[in-house]
Amino acid sequence: MLEIMEGSHAVAEAVGRCRPQVIAAYPITPQTHIVEALADMAANCEIDADYITVESEFSALSACLGASAAGSRVYSATTSQGLALMFEVCFNCAGMRLPVVMSIVNRAMGAPLSIWNDQQDSISLRDSGWLQLYAEDNQEATDLHYLAYKVAEDHRILLPSFVCFDGFILSHTYEPVDTLTQEQADSYLPPFRPYQRLDAADPVSFGLFASPDYYMEFRYAIDQALDKARSVIPEAGKEFNEMFGRDYSGLVEEYRLDDADVAIVAMGSICGTVKDAIDEMRDAGKRVGLLKIRCFRPFPHKEVRKALSGVTTVAVLDKNVSLGSRGAAALEVRDALYGSGVSVQGYIIGLGGRDVRKRDIASVVAKAEAGEGDIYYGLRQEVLR
Amino acid sequence: MKEDEAACVLFDSGHRACAGCAAAMVARLILDAAGKDTIVVSATGCMEVFSTPYPETAWKVPWIHSLFENNSAVASGVVASLKKQGRKEKVIALGGDGATFDIGMLCLSGAFERGHDFTYICYDNEAYMNTGIQRSGATPYDASTTTSPSGRCSYGNKRPKKDLPAILAAHGAPYVATASIAYPPDLRKKVEKAVNTPGPCYVQIHAPCCTGWGFEGEKTIAIGKLAIETGLWVNFEMEEGKVTRVKKVVRKPVEEYLKEQKRFRHLFRPKRNDDEIGKIQAIADRNAEKFGIDIQLKK
Repeated sequence: MLEIMEGSHAVAEAVGRCRPQVIAAYPITPQTHIVEALADMAANCEIDADYITVESEFSALSACLGASAAGSRVYSATTSQGLALMFEVCFNCAGMRLPVVMSIVNRAMGAPLSIWNDQQDSISLRDSGWLQLYAEDNQEATDLHYLAYKVAEDHRILLPSFVCFDGFILSHTYEPVDTLTQEQADSYLPPFRPYQRLDAADPVSFGLFASPDYYMEFRYAIDQALDKARSVIPEAGKEFNEMFGRDYSGLVEEYRLDDADVAIVAMGSICGTVKDAIDEMRDAGKRVGLLKIRCFRPFPHKEVRKALSGVTTVAVLDKNVSLGSRGAAALEVRDALYGSGVSVQGYIIGLGGRDVRKRDIASVVAKAEAGEGDIYYGLRQEVLR
Repeated sequence: MKEDEAACVLFDSGHRACAGCAAAMVARLILDAAGKDTIVVSATGCMEVFSTPYPETAWKVPWIHSLFENNSAVASGVVASLKKQGRKEKVIALGGDGATFDIGMLCLSGAFERGHDFTYICYDNEAYMNTGIQRSGATPYDASTTTSPSGRCSYGNKRPKKDLPAILAAHGAPYVATASIAYPPDLRKKVEKAVNTPGPCYVQIHAPCCTGWGFEGEKTIAIGKLAIETGLWVNFEMEEGKVTRVKKVVRKPVEEYLKEQKRFRHLFRPKRNDDEIGKIQAIADRNAEKFGIDIQLKK
């Protein structure tokens, strides 16, 4: 049933329907509405979860790690500085193959302090071994949580997963959202079945130290699991589509790309603006399309190459920057298209909450066609002086 | 050892600890007391490294190590998870003094404030031994370590030991105790009491380190005894914030403890430093007064 809801509340409701047994979270803007809503549900016995009010994000994810290892489905949510404080634990969760699911309400990294949106936080954890899914709107942000648990807990995968959606732009915005009923959620997502757990009846040791004779194979195994996710995510998305009629079977999603000369590549809520801009450019006779990256880790190199092989120019929008290099998506797309002859231009855009409008998208397309790329778009020269 | 006795050992032989390592004795003794239905959450440190080189493990109970500073938070999660599943295993978080006094203090404080039902056991060897004998918040006054070396203008560690039992008692911990590997029955009794007391409990175990302190491995127990007998380590129990039991001794002068260890050698060589030895004696005297450990002998 469609209901007008704030993004955070829609996500909290979906998380509740995933039946996490342990939730551990620490408040940070703009994640707070999610964890407040879940605390409220726990206080009213609407969810059967133990809610741990930890003293830091570092402990939030550490508690999730312990609870997951002991055999429970777990949940946390954070953003920006909070995620940075979890850095060490993030690598640990992946290394120990614990299927923690965590919402990342994307926000810029300080300094300077900014509570506003970009995607620098989750992108900075791209090498940690977590799955990374990005949502365009609140419906997708909501649904991707079911999908994330399904994939993360799959015994072929056993990796933690971020569900990323843009702070304020989605988290604090009211949109119509179709939330699953508990029965629907249960029919899609079975109870957590740990691969192994801390159990006195069958003692195992978790988190040993590995000498150079063993370490590399552990890392390779994580990469193999991420590679497997390239087929398990579409599988889980297809099943979701068959049951509920919303299609997340693609690691990427195309919009008016069939006959396009210019393709825009983007992630997250900016895709909505891009689609509107494309419609206007199409009306004016320009053949422009969008390739939305839903899954950034594992990165869908093959799918990207296939989708973009017919265009002449690609403009990649990055709400992040690998300082001293380029935007993260631009680097990946250029890698995917290496040797294809397609021109790939990167644009750092919308950092720290700077608004991106339809006319900015049109301007980016014009720059890409003129071969002017690998730039920060929309810098205020008067501030730089 | 008899066969049936060997079958009960929950911390197995074959680990890589130094000969005479007190931390290894701690592992064995606490599991002896807690029993097989125990989940251990270890911090990074000597004990973790010498007991679990992949693909081997010395632990015959479920065991997890995540990071250096998060064993209390991981334990919180384990406790919550067990509760949700209706399981009854006991949970022990285990760490050295570096993990406990210093880097893990935030997580430890948070877990105790929240009242999670687990026992935190610190094996206190009074420095960062795993990384090569650097000083920690548990290093005693004047001990020479690799980051608090004695030298021409230094007598070693400049600060006395942090009073962590008092800090944790102030969190409202129902049971806080100190113990020593030199007194195994007392240690076992305290661990047993801690794991059977609901709420967050703390046991701090004196664990002399032959490698880090500079004494022969066969003297570990003797050094532990001397720490108690000189009043530089006090074995006590605190229930609901009040000291309820202390081990009384006929006290010996502190130099009998100090002179046995290389970490205090600079107090005796090249010449005896009476001023500094006097300051350490004053620490023991204050301990004796605070806890009332002196046995009054009839004259």
